[in-house]
Amino acid sequence: MYRRAGSVVRLATPVKAWAQRFALLLLIGVAVALMLLDKTDSVVIERARSVVTDAVSPLLAAAARPVSTFNEMTERGTQLVAVAAENAALRERNERLQHWHAVARRLEAENTALRNMLSLAPDPALHFVTARVIGDQGGAFVRSMLVNVGNREGVSRGQAALTGQGLAGRVAEVGAHTARVLLLTDMNSRIPILVGETRDRAMLAGDNTGQPRLLYLEPRVELKVGDRVVTSGHGGVFPPGLPVGQVVSVRDGGVRVQPFVDWGHMEYLRLVNYKLPGILRSLEESKTPGTGR
Amino acid sequence: MKQALWHRLDIIARSLSPLAMTLLLILLGMVPLQIPDIAPIIPALALIAVYYWAVHRPELMTVWAIFLIGLFQDLVSGGHVGVGILALLLVHIIVDTQRRIFARSSFQALWVLFAPVAAAAMYLMWLLNCMMQGEFLEVGPVLFQYLTTVAAYPCLAWLFAQAQKVLIR
Repeated sequence: MYRRAGSVVRLATPVKAWAQRFALLLLIGVAVALMLLDKTDSVVIERARSVVTDAVSPLLAAAARPVSTFNEMTERGTQLVAVAAENAALRERNERLQHWHAVARRLEAENTALRNMLSLAPDPALHFVTARVIGDQGGAFVRSMLVNVGNREGVSRGQAALTGQGLAGRVAEVGAHTARVLLLTDMNSRIPILVGETRDRAMLAGDNTGQPRLLYLEPRVELKVGDRVVTSGHGGVFPPGLPVGQVVSVRDGGVRVQPFVDWGHMEYLRLVNYKLPGILRSLEESKTPGTGR
Repeated sequence: MKQALWHRLDIIARSLSPLAMTLLLILLGMVPLQIPDIAPIIPALALIAVYYWAVHRPELMTVWAIFLIGLFQDLVSGGHVGVGILALLLVHIIVDTQRRIFARSSFQALWVLFAPVAAAAMYLMWLLNCMMQGEFLEVGPVLFQYLTTVAAYPCLAWLFAQAQKVLIR
């Protein structure tokens, strides 16, 4: 009680109040200056970001662990219930996929043969880094995720981030052992894509909603709901042909795309290194037959 | 002598606890919960914390602490730096200038009063983000986050009240 009364008296002194007001104005000024600095895409801000995320990453990683364990347990519980039905469905699917596998093998061989005949420049081999998601962005203004790999693991800006289903986003900032992945739904995300059977070029632009828009479509292009969207590889950062999503609505207001990625179950992301084929190829990759070439 | 030092350290640690708790909350809000569509509507926890402490113990939530919280949040969240700081400082200004109203209010009344304060802060964030982006942003996600934030207020305020009893006295 005594302390409380004391602080009121202290606050009431005019000098203190004046100093407080001055501090407030000063800090508002600094905040505005920081905004301007951010607006100019300053390296300082980016460095500060990666330093802070690197510093908090152990805490985040530790906190993310029990959550994912809990989720795995509940998932296993629900799986146990449906195991028989799922087994039957998977057997059937396996048979179908075996068939597709055979087809894919044949086509791959044919493709290689034809490429050799044409002496087409081969696509650079892909190198993957698997990353655990340790930070999920909360908030209405940003769609990004923090992952637990960085510079040291060979991650660099602009790399594509994938889940099993398709493209999730690209690496926007890299720290020593963390990186921020800008999701393709973020308002700053722009990804060159191909859409539909005619493979028309367009730009996939996020706007913080779940379904990003297509920009710069040529007016004559006719799209329909269900058309597949894949990366085009223009710009040379992303590998071409990565699955992105499918068209869900075609209106005058624009074309919207539903990404294939399941945002609710993103525990791991694969970051694709496309630019440096061969240099960083890991042991695992060279062991796996049939990949890399 | 030694005891006096410990006593001092104890007081400092206690008076820093609102700041530390808020920073921790920001991190907790970022833990991937693996629940579909929850990330965009996770409540703005820092907003609630700053409001609570600005009302109950303003001397422990100084403008410097608020600045630090805003900066930390902007940096780890990947948002535009400065936007979060200004929104939190706005909360401070509102509470500070209308202290007479806030000081006399009950728990429920403070919740009701939180709604317009949070609305002002979120509106400012939306406005500044639009300015930084150079285009109008979708209002939907902001509205949702605003609603979850107001809804989460009583829970967190209760938590802070317990902490206030135990840690700060």
